Amino acid sequence: MSVNERVLAWTEAELGVEGKVLDVVRAPAQVLSVPGEDVDPTAPETVQLAADLIATMRVSPGCVGLAADQVGVSARVFCVDVSTHVKTKTHHGTYVLCNAEVVEASRNEKAREGCMSVPDLTGDVKRASRLKVRGQLPVTGETVEIVTDAFEARCLQHEIDHTDGLLFIDRVAGAHALHQRQTYL
Amino acid sequence: MTIHAITVLGHDRPGIIADTTARLAGLGLNLEDSTMTRLRGHFAMTLLCAGEATTEAIRADLEPIASDGTLTVTVYELPEEQAAAGAGRLFVLSVHGGDRPGIVSTVTAEIAAAGGNITDLTTRLSGDLYVVVAELELPADADVAALESAIERATQELGVDASLRPIEADDL
Repeated sequence: MSVNERVLAWTEAELGVEGKVLDVVRAPAQVLSVPGEDVDPTAPETVQLAADLIATMRVSPGCVGLAADQVGVSARVFCVDVSTHVKTKTHHGTYVLCNAEVVEASRNEKAREGCMSVPDLTGDVKRASRLKVRGQLPVTGETVEIVTDAFEARCLQHEIDHTDGLLFIDRVAGAHALHQRQTYL
Repeated sequence: MTIHAITVLGHDRPGIIADTTARLAGLGLNLEDSTMTRLRGHFAMTLLCAGEATTEAIRADLEPIASDGTLTVTVYELPEEQAAAGAGRLFVLSVHGGDRPGIVSTVTAEIAAAGGNITDLTTRLSGDLYVVVAELELPADADVAALESAIERATQELGVDASLRPIEADDL
């Protein structure tokens, strides 16, 4: 799988601002259920939001991605970092994508996932394990395409769902696919 | 050969399933379909078993399980029933939102009005969040778009979210 070197090289240092740790909102908060607004990736408030998302992700144990609506902002921005997760194959380190969309998706696989905004439940969700996503980097606004697989693909689909106002609960595979969380990170 | 429905409900502890099923095996009963789970910390089991034992014999044999008063056991004989061959289309419906009375009844009424049959349904209350996940079978000629609209209207009034998706089963 060919890695997008530009995204892999991206770090939060490019944002040039200090991120603040924000409170994570929990379902049934309304902000989690509405599609986010498109953002201007070069706007100072978008850049600050990107830094805040990364700061909040960093202090949250086990967190591999965080979307703006999870910190109460209805905007199509999220951050991701699956680089140290055991299920990861291909990865692009830490990055933030604005206005991201799925371009291609294939090879569905079912796995159990959770969400900081639904802290006490997990669910079995079928998602593509081969994925192409297009989005924009904050600050420069340059459009990038990420082709990835396995856990990064799952994480990206989970975060893009957030930007569309969807939770993993909206995609659970069946009546017995929702579980009480047994372990907390 | 008769079919018996047995329910065991109450305080959860290790060994309930092992104890109950050992007693049923001792009566020569064969376990068929069952669900065994925990609901908000309570143990809940419903199982169908087939065999020659009488209702009275099963009740007597299971009585010690309930003797400390923390579990309730019921035993009933059921008529033989053939599972209807499913000619309809299968869907899974997720509903979630703030907990309030009437979510399940409102949504399931829309499904019933469309001729849909719910084949499995679970609910979870997690803090303020209430989640319903239902599997349903719709008649082959059902208007799925109309049902989706009806569910959307009903859930909007309740202030909750719903999504209806087809269940895909790949025969290999």
